[in-house]
Amino acid sequence: MIRLENLTKAFDTPAGTVIAADRINLEVGGGEICVLLGPSGCGKTTTLKMINRLIEPTSGKIYIDGKDTDRQDPVELRRTIGYVIQQIGLFPNMTVEENICVVPKLLGWDLDKARERASELLATINLEPALFLKRYPKELSGGQQQRVGVARALAADPPVLLMDEPFGAIDPINREVIQDEFLKMHRRLKKTVMFVSHDIDEAVKMADKVAIFRAGKLEQFASPDEILAHPANTFIADFVGTDRTLKRLRLIRVGDALEPRAPTLVDNDSVERVRELMREHGQKIMVVVDAVGRPQGYLDRDVVASRPGTAADHRAALPATVRVDDDLRTAVSRMFMHDVRWMACVDRDGVFAGFVSQRGITRLLGETYRDPTKRAN
Amino acid sequence: MRPATITCQDIVLYIAAIIMTIPSIALFGVMIPVLSLIGQGIGYLPAVIALLLYSQLPIIRNTYTAISNIDPALREAARGMGMSSLERLRQVEIPLAVPVIMAGVRIAVVINIGIAAIATYIGAGGLGAFISRGISQTDSRQLITGALAVSLLAIAADYLLLWLQHRLTPVGIRTTRLRTARRSIETGAAA
Repeated sequence: MIRLENLTKAFDTPAGTVIAADRINLEVGGGEICVLLGPSGCGKTTTLKMINRLIEPTSGKIYIDGKDTDRQDPVELRRTIGYVIQQIGLFPNMTVEENICVVPKLLGWDLDKARERASELLATINLEPALFLKRYPKELSGGQQQRVGVARALAADPPVLLMDEPFGAIDPINREVIQDEFLKMHRRLKKTVMFVSHDIDEAVKMADKVAIFRAGKLEQFASPDEILAHPANTFIADFVGTDRTLKRLRLIRVGDALEPRAPTLVDNDSVERVRELMREHGQKIMVVVDAVGRPQGYLDRDVVASRPGTAADHRAALPATVRVDDDLRTAVSRMFMHDVRWMACVDRDGVFAGFVSQRGITRLLGETYRDPTKRAN
Repeated sequence: MRPATITCQDIVLYIAAIIMTIPSIALFGVMIPVLSLIGQGIGYLPAVIALLLYSQLPIIRNTYTAISNIDPALREAARGMGMSSLERLRQVEIPLAVPVIMAGVRIAVVINIGIAAIATYIGAGGLGAFISRGISQTDSRQLITGALAVSLLAIAADYLLLWLQHRLTPVGIRTTRLRTARRSIETGAAA
């Protein structure tokens, strides 16, 4: 979808020529989010701005959907690419509606159609259109402004979105919320996104592909898990942090780390039956569920070993559960919090889905390190 | 870093500033021989020319300052969204610059009212005539009448333009009350 070929930018400064981007080659597929990551001055923003020709490349080519951007008029090109900047840049003289309608109007859309689009977009970013359409940017909070900034970039439904540290100026709590909203929206809209960030956590959360830059050079271009598990050099290893393996926890859903579905018990199973089932399945612990399958508690083999009664008499409460669509970081964090080595997982409806265990997670994370085709780092 | 070359904006601003430093009475004197060539040495024409020249600096300088002080992020957003430079000027830069441009116009008008009073000495007439007659005839009634009239005219014109400035300022950047608007605009223009 977006292909950069030997993209180079040299700036002439009084101190001599500075190479801001040095023969960058990368390709981002349609519908993917590519995060350009690196410390300040590494060339990530320059690279981004060459894509919509706010900065003209010194040499090299950019293809969007196979089309060479050099052959397009820069103004026309930019109207087909959404652009979001850190400072948001909503026009203070225009209402939210007018801001969102800027590009549709430039493209000559019918006014009614543009307005309809504006209120539709506001609804998708969780701002009530009736309340916000006629407001001015100064009447919005920072988070609301950036949501409108994203809506404005999406107004003309461009296939490509460029975002220059879009959530950098938003407080951490709101940033998480907006990131989640954006990801949700992205899953629906499937835009190709180039996203500049200097925050490895943001990159890990948002990216399908991460491009790490240093001093104008593209150091590594890979999936977040690949970068965290196998950083190409010590610079990247330092940049992603010594806790990089822990960061990988965020990339894996509980559902993917689930132990094979364990058999369950119901309240009126007799202790004898419980013992029999445990022997049969080789389980030390079994979860008791209600009629619809929601976990009610668990039984330990030692507890039922020599006592009479039913499962209901002996079951202990589960300290906590996780949902299958939570990430492993949440699961591990809860395990540490409750000092347990396994946890019961539930699906969206609260129905028991299986276990995650610390051993299972360790095994899963370790697979890539044992793979002999990958270098150890 | 801005290059050390002299640009068009520097030349324009320098010329406007130099004109501003010429005392009005001297400018009238200079124009007499020049405009005498077309038989207009004194009277209406030199007065109008002088007023035009003196109103240049506040208007040019304020317009230039207003446009160049627009938040670079807004300019970048406008460019990145695909506005041509003319669209940017019309939809973003001028609307946002209106308060400061209008402040320049107000300064120019007030200066002009003062200079127009002096133009009476080259036979352009007007309210200044009361003042000059009052001085030459040591008639304090005429002098005060003239001075009061000129001052009231300046104050009235300034308030009228302030109202206009407020009306022309886009709602989104307008401060809610006219009074606070006046204060912020004046500090803005002074900066």
